[in-house]
Amino acid sequence: MIRVQNEDFDIGAEIEKVRAGRTDIGAIVSFTGTVRDTAKGAPISEMTLEHYPGMTEKELERIDKKANSRWPLQASLVIHRYGPMKPGENIVLVVTASAHRQAAFEAAEFLMDYLKTNAPFWKKEEGPRGGDWVDARESDDEATKRWQKPAKAAE
Amino acid sequence: MSVKLLYFAWVREKTGRGEETVELPGDVRTVSDLIGWLKARGPEYEAAFDKADIIRTAVDQTHVNHDTSIAEAREIAFFPPVTGG
Repeated sequence: MIRVQNEDFDIGAEIEKVRAGRTDIGAIVSFTGTVRDTAKGAPISEMTLEHYPGMTEKELERIDKKANSRWPLQASLVIHRYGPMKPGENIVLVVTASAHRQAAFEAAEFLMDYLKTNAPFWKKEEGPRGGDWVDARESDDEATKRWQKPAKAAE
Repeated sequence: MSVKLLYFAWVREKTGRGEETVELPGDVRTVSDLIGWLKARGPEYEAAFDKADIIRTAVDQTHVNHDTSIAEAREIAFFPPVTGG
């Protein structure tokens, strides 16, 4: 399941919802991305997430579907926020649930890696010298590419 | 051909608009052609598409390459490499 929203989310409550009433889950992994208070050594007062309404949901659905076809997941959840946020606030939550930990760990990482390079979000950081669009990182592209290599033991 | 164009992040700031609908001449067939056509429309477009190779494009909400045909496109979006997560 995916959700794109302006408001904050409660990590504990979201994980509880994923596991509620289920006894077939043996492993739950969660990843939370939060707003850092510095960028390139300068303090950040606020960050704004812009996105492409419509495509964002489509792209997240696509990524979520891919993860579910690749690993035996009992459940998966991706929540991504948009709009202005202060340092320390939540940006993104990924929760994966599986019978065993390996699938849950790998699928969570896969979801985050693909989300980073494919979901149409853009960060703008407000610092002492005004607003700055965050540059994409080559290391993020590399992280996604490693999932495109021939299938290994994970599958 | 009438098509809706969307701009995001610094591409939006540089063009000075988030979206517009344009009538494209018949010889604008690919994303690359469209970028060239846009650049000729004014200095704000020239500035936005100056480094055309780093601009990402989506046709009808799907990522595409610059050599993709836009013949059937209804909505074309231009934006910098994404930075979510």
